[in-house]
Amino acid sequence: MNVHPAASSDPGLALDRTAVQNTERPVPNTGMGRLESVLKSGRFAVTAELAPPDSADPQDVFDRAAVFEGCVDAINATDGSGANVHMSSVAVSALLKARGQTPVMQISCRDRNRIAIQGDALGAAALGIENILCISGDGVQVGDHPGAKPVFDLGSISLLETLRKMRDEKQFLSGRPLTTPPRLFLGAAANPFMTPRDFRVRRLKLKVDAGAQFIQTQYCFDVDILRSFMADVCSQRLDERAYILVGIGPLASAKSARWIRSHVPGVHVSEEIVNRMERAEKPAEEGRRICVELIQQIREIPGVAGVHIMAARQERHVADIVRKSGVRVDSRAQSET
Amino acid sequence: MYVLRNWSVRNAGTLEWFYSGFSRTLVFADPLFRLIGYERLERPVAAIEASVKGLLFDCRMCGQCILSKTGMSCSMNCPKSLRNGPCGGVRPNGMCEVKPEMRCVWVAALDGAVQMSNPNAINSINPPLDRSMEGRSSWLRETRETVEVETLHCLGDVNHSEKGETV
Repeated sequence: MNVHPAASSDPGLALDRTAVQNTERPVPNTGMGRLESVLKSGRFAVTAELAPPDSADPQDVFDRAAVFEGCVDAINATDGSGANVHMSSVAVSALLKARGQTPVMQISCRDRNRIAIQGDALGAAALGIENILCISGDGVQVGDHPGAKPVFDLGSISLLETLRKMRDEKQFLSGRPLTTPPRLFLGAAANPFMTPRDFRVRRLKLKVDAGAQFIQTQYCFDVDILRSFMADVCSQRLDERAYILVGIGPLASAKSARWIRSHVPGVHVSEEIVNRMERAEKPAEEGRRICVELIQQIREIPGVAGVHIMAARQERHVADIVRKSGVRVDSRAQSET
Repeated sequence: MYVLRNWSVRNAGTLEWFYSGFSRTLVFADPLFRLIGYERLERPVAAIEASVKGLLFDCRMCGQCILSKTGMSCSMNCPKSLRNGPCGGVRPNGMCEVKPEMRCVWVAALDGAVQMSNPNAINSINPPLDRSMEGRSSWLRETRETVEVETLHCLGDVNHSEKGETV
């Protein structure tokens, strides 16, 4: 296929134009994005993770996003999660934006250097993408291309600083000026459950200092640890400087609970949850019930601004989980009064 | 070497003390270095630095050494080259997510940092690496920068440049 950029019949270019035309705000650098305004309003926010397809068909993206319709405030487009190849997060985010949804574009430092990443951030902002989540990324060895070169030219913190500099100082990392800066709402990941404990809040503080305005955390399967983490966060007033969305997800079975517990570094599944999953007659249902309860408990913790639902292969249940948790209904009622 | 690298972190305070003496010697030798020419010295000094620091720290010669901020644990040994603390995947036993047989360099850094003259230096944010400095001597750069700062100091222009961080 002819992919010369000058070819006017090029489907890629045609798609770009539609994306720009359909964007609510074709001119970047004005106003506040939906996720940011929800968080600023004090409403309990719900975001969900979309797994980009292994496909070149935009319909696959729309189908995957359709299950979240009306139940989330923003949708995260992962960037080669688990070091596997999928459709790029820029493209998924642009497609979602063109459909009037609010994407959170994830940028991982694993695959691109500072030149590519800054270019992508500008392009994303030009396509109307407001939210970028900066992460270091998984190592290449866990994915489907273990022989790939791990780039890691920047880390999550220097990436945050770079994008903040582009936005606030109208400069690239090199110091070269840019004409229209990207209007970005910057996010970062945090792990309240990591060991050693010393690093938990210290890392978060570095990220907030570097420019993170919202945080999406690792999976929470232990509310007690989260509570003590949030107490530390609040004592340093970090909750006033960044909105904290706690990562959650439904467990599929007792086996997967045990597997996550022993194989996924940085995730801590409490004894109680493992026991509940083992005793359950219908483990998948129990996993969703636990997820609903987790949302309700997490919501009561001071300093928490929302939840981020990562329901790998269970995305179709997200709407139901959100509805049962009651957080959206309550928050809507609050915002209407 | 992994064993020596761990030894270095355990003896971070002693190594810092030793380096401060060594760096003063280098600064003292600055007139001689200028006579020979810093550029001419670059390759042989970088080779010596690479072997000494390679042995003690598994140094990767990034050219922008931050060992004195990271408790003598070289952050370039992180499989993700993270220069601002660990990723979220540190194992409960403190081992690396990517290389389970290796202790997380940032967990080690936290241990080493408490022995350093400025234990809080580990909390400051490091800029992204300048890859064009890869393979060059941090010792020489640091020496040159120290002398320049001291010269400026003598001239009364104190705030012109900040002293770098090197080992």
